[in-house]
Amino acid sequence: MVSRYDFSRTFEIKGRDFNKAGSISINIKEILKELGIDQGIVRRAAIASYEAEMNIVMYANKGEMTLRLNPEVIRITLEDEGPGIENIEIAMQEGYTTATDEIREMGFGAGMGLPNIKKNADIFELKSTVGKGTSYNIVFYLNSKGDV
Amino acid sequence: MTVTEVIEKLGLHVLTSKEVSDTKVTGGYTCDLLSDVIANSKTGYLWITMQTHQNVLAVAKLKDLAGIIFVNGRQPDKDIIQKANEEHIAVLSTDESAFSISGQLYQLLK
Repeated sequence: MVSRYDFSRTFEIKGRDFNKAGSISINIKEILKELGIDQGIVRRAAIASYEAEMNIVMYANKGEMTLRLNPEVIRITLEDEGPGIENIEIAMQEGYTTATDEIREMGFGAGMGLPNIKKNADIFELKSTVGKGTSYNIVFYLNSKGDV
Repeated sequence: MTVTEVIEKLGLHVLTSKEVSDTKVTGGYTCDLLSDVIANSKTGYLWITMQTHQNVLAVAKLKDLAGIIFVNGRQPDKDIIQKANEEHIAVLSTDESAFSISGQLYQLLK
């Protein structure tokens, strides 16, 4: 049994690999469940990590997602190498998307990803450099309420 | 009501193996946008959709959905059924439209 007080694990994400897309988030959900985290917090963390993972799959060349736990918080951080986001304020608006038609036909790219992360996380920080990449800092307080 | 009972009552085709179908159905959600399903579906829902690529399985797994119903007789990509069996997700299909099958499921669960 892993300890929830000093947990840290990093996962590699390949850009445009739709076959494996979502598998890291499923993995993260299983880990949090196994660590005995409150179900509602697990649900919120799973949604946020899925949306972030899909953003890297859809837009970036590659990226890394790290899950860390301490007695107070779950922290999910992501770093990608990709096109970056020109205007974060606009990207955070519900319905705004830069997805291709092909991606949208699959039911992705509805412009809900970043708003979904914001809605479910207790802290969500996004930093981006155009032409280089984007980083995410997503935090869940372990003493917070389960569902949003 | 279990997935098996819903299958019988609505005459759904079962694409996965039968033993995965005893999950309790708590509701339904009809949508083809994955982020919307991620945001608004709940544990035990049946998801009605025309998206048949394998990413639907990750969504179903992540949200602990009871199963997926493909509409308009759409058949999923080849590898999906095997993967769904491994993941214990019921994959079903109907020749009816999303509107029609949603209405019937709603009546059944009401």
